[in-house]
Amino acid sequence: MKKLMLGNEAFARGLYEAGCKIASSYPGTPSTEITEEVAKYDEVYAEWAPNEKVAMEVALGASVAGARSFCAMKHVGLNVAADPLYTAGYTGVTGGMVIAVADDPGMHSSQNEQDSRHHAIASKVMMIEPSDSAECKEFAKAAFDLSEQFDTPVIVRMSTRVAHSQSAVELCDRVEKDLIPYEKNIQKFVMMPGNAIRRHPQVEQRIEDIRKYAETSPLNRVEYNDTKIGVIAAGISYQYARDALGSKASYLKLGIVNPLPVEIIKDFCQKCETVYVIEQLDDIIETHCRKNGLNVHGKDTFSLLGEISQSIVREKILGETAEFTEFPENVPVRPPVMCAGCPHRGLFYCLSKLGVMVSGDIGCYTLGATAPLCAMDTTICMGASISGLHGFNKARGAESEKKSVAVIGDSTFMHSGMTGLVNIAYNATNSTVIILDNSITGMTGHQQNPTTGKNLKGDPAAAVNLVDLCHAIGIKSVRVVDPYHMAETEAVIKEELAKDEPSVIISRRPCALLKYVKHNPPLKCDHDKCVGCKQCLKIGCPAISIHDKKMTIDHTQCVGCGICTEMCKVGAIG
Amino acid sequence: METKSIMIVGVGGQGSLLASRIIGNVLLSQGFEVKVSEVHGMSQRGGSVVTYVKYGDEVNSPVIVKGEADIIISFEQLEAARWLPFLKKGGHLVTSTQKIDPMPVINGAAVYPDDIIGKIKAQGVDVIAVDALTLAEQAGTSKASNVVLMGVVSKKMQFEESVWQAALEQCVPAKFLELNKKAFALGRAAE
Ligand SMILES: Cc1ncc(C[n+]2csc(CCOP(=O)(O)OP(=O)(O)O)c2C)c(N)n1
Repeated sequence: MKKLMLGNEAFARGLYEAGCKIASSYPGTPSTEITEEVAKYDEVYAEWAPNEKVAMEVALGASVAGARSFCAMKHVGLNVAADPLYTAGYTGVTGGMVIAVADDPGMHSSQNEQDSRHHAIASKVMMIEPSDSAECKEFAKAAFDLSEQFDTPVIVRMSTRVAHSQSAVELCDRVEKDLIPYEKNIQKFVMMPGNAIRRHPQVEQRIEDIRKYAETSPLNRVEYNDTKIGVIAAGISYQYARDALGSKASYLKLGIVNPLPVEIIKDFCQKCETVYVIEQLDDIIETHCRKNGLNVHGKDTFSLLGEISQSIVREKILGETAEFTEFPENVPVRPPVMCAGCPHRGLFYCLSKLGVMVSGDIGCYTLGATAPLCAMDTTICMGASISGLHGFNKARGAESEKKSVAVIGDSTFMHSGMTGLVNIAYNATNSTVIILDNSITGMTGHQQNPTTGKNLKGDPAAAVNLVDLCHAIGIKSVRVVDPYHMAETEAVIKEELAKDEPSVIISRRPCALLKYVKHNPPLKCDHDKCVGCKQCLKIGCPAISIHDKKMTIDHTQCVGCGICTEMCKVGAIG
Repeated sequence: METKSIMIVGVGGQGSLLASRIIGNVLLSQGFEVKVSEVHGMSQRGGSVVTYVKYGDEVNSPVIVKGEADIIISFEQLEAARWLPFLKKGGHLVTSTQKIDPMPVINGAAVYPDDIIGKIKAQGVDVIAVDALTLAEQAGTSKASNVVLMGVVSKKMQFEESVWQAALEQCVPAKFLELNKKAFALGRAAE
C-alpha cells in the first residue's frame, strides 16, 4: 500500500519496520515528528528525554543492552549531545544505534544555520542523508544494518524540506529483532585512557572501511544523461538539481555523506565536462573534491547561506530566470507573534514596563523580543538565560542585580536551565529568574516534559515540582504568579528584584492552545466608550487592531483572556 | 504530464496543513506522484505560512518558486498580495476576503494596502474572491474556512466531487466530518 507521509513520519515507519525497540529524543523543529510518530507503534518504546545528551545516552545504553535504538534532535541538539556522540564513536554499539539530526537551512525555526555534517566528520561517525520520504524510510532501515555491520552509531541527516514534505511511501511489515545477549566488555565500553587508546585506531580503520563500502554502496548512485553538466549532490539539493536540470545533466547522488567516497567521484568528474557540487550550507563535498585534486564548481556559484531551490540552480547554471507578477505596493511583513491569550504576554508587558535587562532564552517566549514588547536583551541557546544573567551580574555588580532578570520556559528550564540556577545559588548572585511555566513545550508544537505530569504517550507520569526543586537547589525566595493578573505580577517582580538574595518567580498558566484550556467568549470593545488612546496596543495582541480610530477585537482570534481590559483606562472592553 | 503546482498561503493557525493534506490525498488517489511541503514550528505562531503541493508524472523539488504556481489558494488578502509573484502567468488565484492585520500594521509601523483584490485583478490575474469566513461560520465554525476554500478550488480542478469527498473522509476526524462537508458544499456553490 502507498501512503503520503511526511519525511519524519516515513522515518518513524522505517524505525518500526527495522525492529527498533527504544527511542529517546528531545523535541526540536524539524525533527520532532519522528519521535511523535514512532511512539504510535506499540512495539517501540518511545520517550521525551529532558535534553539531547540524556536522549543519546539512553539510546546508547539500550544499544549496549542489545536493542536496536534511536534518538532524534535538531542540529543544535547535536551540540548538546556531542559529548556522548564523540565517545560512542569509540565504543561502537551492540544493537544498531541510529541518530537523526535535522538541519534547518534558511533558519525557518532555529537560532543558527550550522551544518551538522561537521559533527559527523569530527566524531568519525558514519552519516547518511535521504532526499524524500521513501528514502527516509529506506535509509532509516539501512542505518540499523550499517550500524551493526560496522559497529558504529549511524547519523541520518535530515533537513527541513525533507522532514516536512510528504511524498508516497510503500509500507512493509516489521521485522522483529531479538535482543542481542548482553556480555560485559570492559575494553569496548569502559572508555578510560588505557582502553580508549586501543579503540582509537579501530575508529580510524572503521572510517576507512566505510569509505571503501561507500565506493560500491547502493546508497550512492550515478545517473548519466547529457554529460556536459555533472552535478554532485545529496539530500534535498539533489531534488532541486533534478528539478532544474532534468536530463540536461548527469548526477552523482550521494546517500552517504560521511565518509565520502573517492573513486566514484573521480570517475564521475572524468566523465562530465563541467562538474557542480550543489550543497546547502558549507562546502564539505566541494572541499573533499578539491582535496582529491578535482576541479569542481561549488561555493563560487552557490551561497553558503540559506536554502538552494530549483530556480537558483536554473539561474546559476543555465542562466534562466522566471517571469512573474509583482503586487504593485509594499506588502507589510507578517512576523510570528505570541498567540491571542498567550500567558507569556502579560509577563512580558510587565518586563517592558519595568525596563529591566532581560536575559532571554529559546521558546515561544522569545517572541517577547519583538515589537511592541521588545522585552528581551539576549537569546543564545537553550539554558543560556540563567547562566548568562549570572555572568552579566557578576560583571556589573549589585546595581545590575536589581535591574535584570532571566526568563526561561518550563521545558527549557528542565533541559539545561536548572544547572545555571545551581550556579547562581552556589556562586551567589542575587539574580532574579522567571520560569514561564505554561505546562507544555510550546514552540515545537506541544510536547510533554518532566514538569507536565504526562509522558510522551500522554499517560500519567511523575511531575517535577518546580518550587521544591528551586528550594532544593538553594533558592529560598520562590514565588508563583498568574501572568493574566498583570498588576500582581508586576508587584512581585519588583519585590523580588529588590531582595538581597537570589530568587525565582514562576509565572504559571497553561498555554492557551492546550485542548483542556477553557476559553472565555471573545471580548468586545464598546465604541461609545473607546477614546482611541491605543493603550491596548501596547500588549501586542494579534486580535486587537485600530480601525477608524477605535479599537476592534477579531472575534475569530480572541479567547477572552482579559489582559487588554487591564490596559483600558476607560473601561471600554468587556 | 508536466508537473503542476498549487500553493496554499495564509496566517499561521488558519488550517493550511489540513487543506494541503486534503488536496494531497485527492491527487494521490488519482495516481499522480505527489509532494506536499509544509511549514511547522516558528511561523505557525501567527506568521505568514505557505504550503506547497506539486503533482505530475515525476515530482522532484517539493517547493514552488516564483512564477511556478498554477493555482494559489489564499486564506487572507494580504497573503495573496505577498505570494502573488509565485503565480504562473495565466494561473488562478483563489482567495478568501478575510483580512488579518499583521503586527507592524497593528503597531502603526506599516499600512494594510486597500483594495488588494482590485489591484491584483488590474495586473491581469484571474482572481476568485470568496467570503470564506462567513460561509464557514454558516457551516458551524470559523475554523472551517480552509475547507470552504477547498470547495471553491475543487471547481477549478478536473476531478469528480466524490474524489474530494473521499479525501475529506480520510483527513477530517469523524466527529467534524458533517460540519466540514457542509463547509465544502458551501464553497463549491460559492461565486
Ligand atoms: C538544543 C536545542 N534543542 C531543541 C531546541 C528546539 N526548541 C526551541 S524552544 C524549545 C522548547 C520550548 O519550550 P518551553 O521552554 O517550555 O517554552 P514555550 O515554547 O512553551 O514557551 C525547543 C525544544 C533548541 N532550540 N535547542
